Amino acid sequence: MNFWHAIAAAALAATAPALLAGEIPTDARRSGYTFMGPDTRAMQDDDTANPGMLFVLDGEALWAKKTGSAEKACADCHGDAATSMKGVAARYPAFEKALARPVTLDQRINLCRANHQQATLLPYESRDLLALSAFVAHQSRGITITAGDDPQLKPFVAQGHDLFMRREGQLNLACTNCHDDNFDKRLAGAPITQAQPTGYPLYRLEWQTLGSLERRLRSCMTGVRAQAYDYGTPELVALELYLMSRTRGLPMEAPAVRP
Amino acid sequence: MPYKIIGDTIPQPLAGTPGDPARGRALVLARTTTCILCHSGPFPEARFQGDLAPDLKGTGNWWSAGQLRLRLVDASRFNPQTIMPSYYRNDGLVRVGRNFAAKPILSAAEIEDIVAYLATLRD
Repeated sequence: MNFWHAIAAAALAATAPALLAGEIPTDARRSGYTFMGPDTRAMQDDDTANPGMLFVLDGEALWAKKTGSAEKACADCHGDAATSMKGVAARYPAFEKALARPVTLDQRINLCRANHQQATLLPYESRDLLALSAFVAHQSRGITITAGDDPQLKPFVAQGHDLFMRREGQLNLACTNCHDDNFDKRLAGAPITQAQPTGYPLYRLEWQTLGSLERRLRSCMTGVRAQAYDYGTPELVALELYLMSRTRGLPMEAPAVRP
Repeated sequence: MPYKIIGDTIPQPLAGTPGDPARGRALVLARTTTCILCHSGPFPEARFQGDLAPDLKGTGNWWSAGQLRLRLVDASRFNPQTIMPSYYRNDGLVRVGRNFAAKPILSAAEIEDIVAYLATLRD
């Protein structure tokens, strides 16, 4: 290593967030996209073939639609999403001061509905909530993920990491057993990915619909025969936050397509 | 059902009736037992097999029935970090799903069937 390389490496080591135990180094992180076959990649790459784009279009209509007893649309406060929402999903879940804890993009949308639109909350995994979050996340396509950088999030990232490392369920497996130690191998014939959630909400062919990262996490928990955490619980949000933070450095792909 | 470990084996069957290799083969191939999620083996008809764990081909060459039985019952005895579940364990687990609470993954009879089948996998 020459002098300038040493300086550059030292500078990088000083500025990059420290890796947690077992974590995949930044330059080795791979989106789930890289584990897919050419057909599924083509479906994601072509907006006219990507079924997630139908949700984005629905979300665009909802963004402009007045709702709730306040008779306000998202656009009335936030204006053009192409500028106001650009990069937002790349830093979610984000710390919410009023609650003193992180909230997901879905929860943020519902906080806006409750506080500013005086509208009813949209249920988790409902078409309208997925459409709005897909529309907002789509504004961050190509933007580098920076979730978890806020120092106030540190204890919650740590909580998520602990959950990721903890064995659970009748099969007694932790997320890390597959997604850190065995990615690229095959579980029942399907490649195991690195658990880098770059494209949520995403269209899963197995689901035949768009779904949230929480839905995906709950299905992994059910897979190891554990009692899945309910949507929006602090544990599930902490896990989502940790997963997004371990994906720092990769670009957003929402709405992605996955098998 | 209590069992006795001697060396690296459980020499005595866990169930009263001897295992049936044909039933054992069907169990290994059933996704619900989880075997072929991780293992592959001499099962040409099974399209989706895993490669996280060794191929089961030839298992009967290297392990006795007693050794296979203990490896199914509690593989973590040999390697605490193993990803192979302990198939006959029903305590000390975290957040087990309601439908699976206080039950081992496999019954004593199912373990005996699988042991009987794996012992037949010789080259």
